[in-house]
Amino acid sequence: MLNLFWIPLLTLIGVFVSLSANRVSRTACAYATAALPAAALAIVISYAPSVLDGEHFVEQFEWIPAVGLELAFRLDGFALLFALLILGIGLLVILYARYYLSEQDNMPRFYAMLILFMTAMLGIVLSENLIQLWLFWELTSISSFLLISFWNHKSEARKGARMALTITGMGGLALFAGILLIGQVVGSFNLTDVLAQGDLIRGSELYPYILVLVLLGAFTKSAQFPFHFWLPHAMAAPTPVSAYLHSATMVKAGIFLMARLYPALAGTDMWFLIVTLTGLATLLVGAYMALFKHDLKGLLAYSTISHLGLITLLLGLNSKLAAVAATFHIINHATFKASLFMAAGIIDHETGSRDMRKLNGLWRYMPHTAMLAMVAALAMAGVPLLNGFLSKEMFFAETLQQGSLGALSWILPVLATVAGIFSVAYSLRFIHDVFFNGEPINLPKTPHEPPRYMKIPVEILVALCFVVGIAPGLVVAEILHSAATSLLQGETPYYSLAIWHGFNFPLLMSFIALLGGIVVYATRKQLFEFQAQFPERDAKAIFDQNIKRIVDAATRIYGTLENGSLQRYTMLFILSVALFTTVPMTKLINLEGARPLLPVDGISIVATIILVVSTLVTLIWHRKRMIALIAVSVVGLIVSLIFARFSAPDLALTQLSVEVVTVILLMLALFFLPQVTAKAASPSSVVRDLGLATLIGGVMATISYAMMTHPQTSIADFFIANSKTGGGGTNVVNVILVDFRGFDTFGEITVLGIAGLGIYKLIARMKLFMPSADLNGIPWSNDHHPMMLATVSRALLPLALLVSAYIFLRGHNLPGGGFIAGLVTAVALILQYIANGVDFMRERSKLNYQWLISVGLIIAGATGMGSWLFGYPFLSSWFDYFYLPGIGKFELASAMLFDLGVYLTVIGSTLLILGNLGALTTHARPEESK
Amino acid sequence: MELLISLIIGLLTAVGVFLVLRGRTFPVVLGLTVLSYAVNLFIFSAGRLVIDGAAVLKSGLATPDPVPQALVLTAIVIGFAMTAFAVILAIRARADLGNDHVDGRLPEQSGEQK
Repeated sequence: MLNLFWIPLLTLIGVFVSLSANRVSRTACAYATAALPAAALAIVISYAPSVLDGEHFVEQFEWIPAVGLELAFRLDGFALLFALLILGIGLLVILYARYYLSEQDNMPRFYAMLILFMTAMLGIVLSENLIQLWLFWELTSISSFLLISFWNHKSEARKGARMALTITGMGGLALFAGILLIGQVVGSFNLTDVLAQGDLIRGSELYPYILVLVLLGAFTKSAQFPFHFWLPHAMAAPTPVSAYLHSATMVKAGIFLMARLYPALAGTDMWFLIVTLTGLATLLVGAYMALFKHDLKGLLAYSTISHLGLITLLLGLNSKLAAVAATFHIINHATFKASLFMAAGIIDHETGSRDMRKLNGLWRYMPHTAMLAMVAALAMAGVPLLNGFLSKEMFFAETLQQGSLGALSWILPVLATVAGIFSVAYSLRFIHDVFFNGEPINLPKTPHEPPRYMKIPVEILVALCFVVGIAPGLVVAEILHSAATSLLQGETPYYSLAIWHGFNFPLLMSFIALLGGIVVYATRKQLFEFQAQFPERDAKAIFDQNIKRIVDAATRIYGTLENGSLQRYTMLFILSVALFTTVPMTKLINLEGARPLLPVDGISIVATIILVVSTLVTLIWHRKRMIALIAVSVVGLIVSLIFARFSAPDLALTQLSVEVVTVILLMLALFFLPQVTAKAASPSSVVRDLGLATLIGGVMATISYAMMTHPQTSIADFFIANSKTGGGGTNVVNVILVDFRGFDTFGEITVLGIAGLGIYKLIARMKLFMPSADLNGIPWSNDHHPMMLATVSRALLPLALLVSAYIFLRGHNLPGGGFIAGLVTAVALILQYIANGVDFMRERSKLNYQWLISVGLIIAGATGMGSWLFGYPFLSSWFDYFYLPGIGKFELASAMLFDLGVYLTVIGSTLLILGNLGALTTHARPEESK
Repeated sequence: MELLISLIIGLLTAVGVFLVLRGRTFPVVLGLTVLSYAVNLFIFSAGRLVIDGAAVLKSGLATPDPVPQALVLTAIVIGFAMTAFAVILAIRARADLGNDHVDGRLPEQSGEQK
């Protein structure tokens, strides 16, 4: 037995076959395109005997198990029916399109999109997993968008395609939400589970949401009222597309979905009300509107809407027999409607017009086509001995059986008959207006029969209409039974496919419909005049207007939120932070916790005062750049003192050295930024910002106080206990950095390296904005570097490097480590830049800082990966103690190598930033002397 | 002591936020610097304050929580990288756009004097 996966896979490969068949003749292209779908059809048929015997096949393998997504296909009776329709009619359409498309059309592209659509459609009907089904569902929307807009030079094709995509895409989103809810209720996305859990779903309180969401998806796809309007506009597509997508397959996807989930969702009053009423409205609106369309395809489009409504109505009736009737009508409608579309395409192709006011008396010019079209149209009207009659009889019988509307139950059969009347009337119009009724008027071409092979698909389909209509038991009984059984997930009730059931009510209704249809058609002139009184409601205009309204509203909201002002974004961001922190704080009752407070001493108070004053100086004189900068550096110094005071020497050292580089950096930056900071915008915004700042500052102080006074439970105990024994170091902070949380540190130095490189790129090729003098017009000083500083700094360099090496080496056991040592080294080198100038350094130091960053990262990474060699996870560390005579006992740890990577990266990044910026200030000076 | 540190954190946050909300790049960079002091102190204080604790493992002395310290240590260095990036971005923006407003263009209403 062949694999189910091959069915959609073959057609998918077919997409590329068509695309690559652009150098061969058109006929060869059609054959090449048809080959793989034909093979897929052969596979489906090879499964058919077992499926008809009641078996069903499920094949799956895990795809993304974490979200319950599997690649799973399922072939049962109902899927088999659809697969046969999709592939069978698809092949006929391929043949038909070969003759329909003109020389100018890009045939490989057309075929590729058609086969892509076929794949998507097969995916829907064969999916076992609901999410997978939804993916294919969206793929049909997209491929149908491409197909409708195939003639993309036409504005109406583009608009129609956009409308179809919007409507079906929205429905698709709703469907997705519905499917997720189903998955939540059932705990699985597999159809087998979902269909078995119908009672669970119907009993769930989520059921109304699930139902509405899933039905939204189905109704939009199947063009149900009030979403039906996209279908007539989709008629801008080439006719083979209309025949395939908009009659036989895609619009049936919604029906398919309702039928597929029938055992899981149907059977409730809510289902009955929504589905039946929607179906009824669609049935009537479609049938009525179809009569007044002058465009052949317009008539067929509304007729399709009407028939889709009929099937929906049947599914809504909550009766097993009605579900059988729905299945039967799916088959029948696909055959007669596809052939009618093809016939309409032939007429359009051979006469150059689809306007029924011009098309008259074609019988004399194309009797063969006329014959075929007439038979199909009669099937559509529901005339006995044709397939449409049988399913329509079943439909009438079912409407009579329905009692859910109580005393008003008679409404349903009456309205069904009314729809039947209009259906007969528009079918008659299709026949009489086109093939008889006088002579053609002003046709662009003289009508004649189409090429022989163009008629073959129509002939096959019309023959089916006939055969099913005359001998239903022979042709469709088996597949209908197997499809209905798998639709219902249970035995089908008794039904008879006989043509003659004796004189009964359904027959009477058919008779009334036929007679009434003839009368309506006969009085069409009066009806047309009546209809003409109403202003034409152009669905497209309304749709466009609504879309425009949505876009305008979105633009307005977007415009208010994102007006390009960073200040505003920052304000909104901080405001929301303030809100999120303020509200919970109001619920905190015990501000002060049980932790005893530390005593305050005099030095702390003095330091605090200095900090507060310098902070305020920064605040008040933030426009006086130098003062603000000095004040900020004082703040930074006090902060590092705070770290030192509270037993964090590592932090104090780091803060101190970062402070130095930050201040140097800002000093350099001052050179490039305006010498005067402009005044703030308005007093009101100052007040607003001050208010916000005070609020958030107050909240932060409160949180800090509450936090610090409450006792703490920390994960620190683990680190403290294992630092010496597991990491081989007594400086727990450093051991955490290079060992326990080494991976984080690795990430951090990577960020540091990226920031350095990013800055390097920003500086490169910068168009410099260079003042040659200060504000008072005094040119920059051209002095040489001060000799004292230069001399002392040169002597200091080895000393500083020695210190940094010492800090680095002792880092594992005493305050220090790679970060601090790197910063100290960087400061020492920067001092050389300051004292001696960039040129001096450039001559002597051949260090490439990008290279340094890379080496640092590589060392750190390689140290981490080294542990793989010994069979340990990434960044496991190793250490041991050694003894050398003269030195004594010392420790070696792999973490030190990692720290070396940190050290090099820090030096590289810092110098890359400052060295380059410094170089700019030096070289940019216009009057720079050698 | 806790109260002093809370006040410092609050003040630094407030000043940092105010400066970050300014329209010109240099005060914003200053604000970022001040704000990172506040944040670092805040994270540090999550380990609670310990005076005369053991900087390295030593029996008989209270050991301060090393986790916030490790976090803050890297935060300081990363904070420097961020400040540097902001500064260079400001310089580049001024070079390319000709002004030092954070939006890259001067506000339209003339509420502002040069």
